[in-house]
Formats: sequence, C-alpha cells, structure tokens
Amino acid sequence: MTELTPVSSLADRVAAASPDWALRRAGGFSDRSIAWLFIAPTIVLLLAINIFPLIWTIRLSFTNYRGNRPNAPLKSVGLDHYQSILSDPDIWAAMQATAHFVLWTIALQTLLGFALAWLIDRKFRGHALWTTIILIPMMLSPAVVGNFWRFLYQPQIGLFNYLVSFISGVPPSSFEMIGSVKLAPWSIILVDTWMWTPYVALIILAGLRSIPDYIYEAAEVDRASSWRQFWSITLPMVLPFIMLAVLFRGIENFKMFDMVNLLTSGGPGSTTEVASITLKREAFEKWRTGYSSAFAIILFVTVFGLANIYVKALNRVRQR
Amino acid sequence: MMRRLFRRGPWEAGAIALIVAGVVMLMQPFSLTLYGYSFATVLAGAAMFVVVSKFPE
Repeated sequence: MTELTPVSSLADRVAAASPDWALRRAGGFSDRSIAWLFIAPTIVLLLAINIFPLIWTIRLSFTNYRGNRPNAPLKSVGLDHYQSILSDPDIWAAMQATAHFVLWTIALQTLLGFALAWLIDRKFRGHALWTTIILIPMMLSPAVVGNFWRFLYQPQIGLFNYLVSFISGVPPSSFEMIGSVKLAPWSIILVDTWMWTPYVALIILAGLRSIPDYIYEAAEVDRASSWRQFWSITLPMVLPFIMLAVLFRGIENFKMFDMVNLLTSGGPGSTTEVASITLKREAFEKWRTGYSSAFAIILFVTVFGLANIYVKALNRVRQR
Repeated sequence: MMRRLFRRGPWEAGAIALIVAGVVMLMQPFSLTLYGYSFATVLAGAAMFVVVSKFPE
C-alpha cells in the first residue's frame, strides 16, 4: 500500500513548482483582474460624469441644438459658433471683465497673502488664535459669502456703507457698491479678496516655513541687511509657492460663477458679466445651447492649458 | 541626434509660452483680431504640452 502524501505538503510542492503568474491567479482572479475590479466603478463614474458630458458638449458645439427645442432637427454648423464667439465684441467684453476681476484679485490676494503669511510666520502673542480667525473666510461656502456680503453692501442697512461712512465721512446712503457701474466690479473683487487671501497666505506660509534657518544665519554672518535678506533669500525661495498660489487662484477666478451670480448677477448692465455669467445667459436664458457649448469648450481649453502649467509648477515645488 | 532634438525642457517651455500668449490674447482689451486668434493659440499650446510632456528629460 502506497503511503498517502499529506495535502498540505502536496500544496507546498505544487506552489514551489508553479510559475509566479499561476500563483497570482489563485482564487480565480489575477492581481491585474482584482485591480481592474476595484478601479472599474471609479472609471465608470468618471466616464459618466466627466468624459461623456465633455464629448457631448464638443459634439453640440458643432450643431444648432437649442435646449428649449429638443425635438427640432439637428443641423451641423461646423465651426460657425467658434467663429462668431471669437469675433463677438460682447463676448470679448466679458473676457475683459473676467481679466479685470482675475488680475486685481490675484494682485491683491498675493500682496495681502504675503503680508499675512509674514505676520503669521512671526511668533507673537495669541498667534494661534489669530491664525484661526484669519482662516475662517476661506472655510465658508461662496453661496453664503455672496448672500451675506449682499446684505453688508445694502446702502440703507448695510454695515459696509456705515464703515466707509465712519472712516471717510461721506453719507452711507450716498453710494451703492452693487448698483454702481464704477463700484460693482470692485465689490466682487473685494469679496473674493476677503475670502481667498487666507488661502494664498497659507500656501506662502508653507514656502516661508520651508526656508532653512541656516541660510539666514549665514546671511547674518555676512552682515546682509534685512532688506537684502528679503530680496536675496526669502523672495526667491518663496517664489515657486507664490507662482502656485497665483496659478490656482487664476484658474479658479477665471471660472468664477457662484459668488458673482449671487452678488451682482453680472449687473448693473453687463459691468460685472464675467465669462461664466455670459455662458449661463447664453445657455439658460437665450437657450443657444450649441453656441454656449462652443463657448464652454473655449473656456475649458483655456483652463486646461493653465492647469498644465499649474501641474508643472506643482511638480517643481514638490521636487524642492 | 533625435534624443537631443526632442528634449522635454525647451519644448515644454515653448508650449507654456504659447498657452500664456493665448490666454493674454483672449483677455487683452486692445485688438479684436488678437482675440480672434487666441483660442487657436491656447489649443495649439495645450496640445503641444500634452505631446511634449512625453519626451525624455
């Protein structure tokens, strides 16, 4: 009678003799299949939520489709929408309004953010409490911020007008931030700066904290003045972080919609009609879906281009 | 020779320059003609960036 080999030792011998790929298939699935199984839901969601609408929008941008007439026959218009958008003075004006908003918010947020980060970096009494207080605005929802600044800007009951009146002496009801053609663009710049300066400050603070102390100590030994240390050490070493903050805020403000819509809705007239407000009006008020799809694609390609530069800058900071 | 020609650095810098030029053209208040060519410039820059980011360092 032959002696039976124990099952466990048989399994060990089979395992030892099996190639690696066969071992990985144990349980019916290879590692690759299991990996695909896990990421498949995410890929399906991405395709359904991001990629499919994008492809659909590209397709619509070449047609005369109107959202309020879904059953009308679809006609291809080629590049007509792109041509008319890129020669339309009204859209050009909207792009200029966007540029005004983006450039001023970035300039103010960078300057104030740097100053805030500089202050937070110095250890002073109550520094942790003040840091928390400074960071509160960026934690709020843009919808909430838009609504309560609308109240603050009210000429009769708004606190903002009373504050300006207290400082400058002009009567509080003599000016209107949201209703005035001259002041309305500045009203949205002010709110965005109030809300997002802490975010820029946080990024710059990370840059300031990444500078090793020994560099300043070496500069002290060389008798470099504080001003010289700032221009030759602090600024060059923080610059990649500033660049990152500028790109991020630039991209976000280029497509800013919610806060502007709640504060001014593009008014008075079209003074604060930034690109995203124009897009909404074309798509959901004039129902020119094909046209607005082409406009959306133009904005998307611009943001995509800027995002590429942003990722490049991010990698550079990460390498440091 | 080909590896030297298709280095990522200068090509990527060129693509970034194109994107930045396109964005400036899109938002400048001086010339409607420049505005008209802005999308083509950004698109060319973005497409170029995607391609050249696969080039060797």
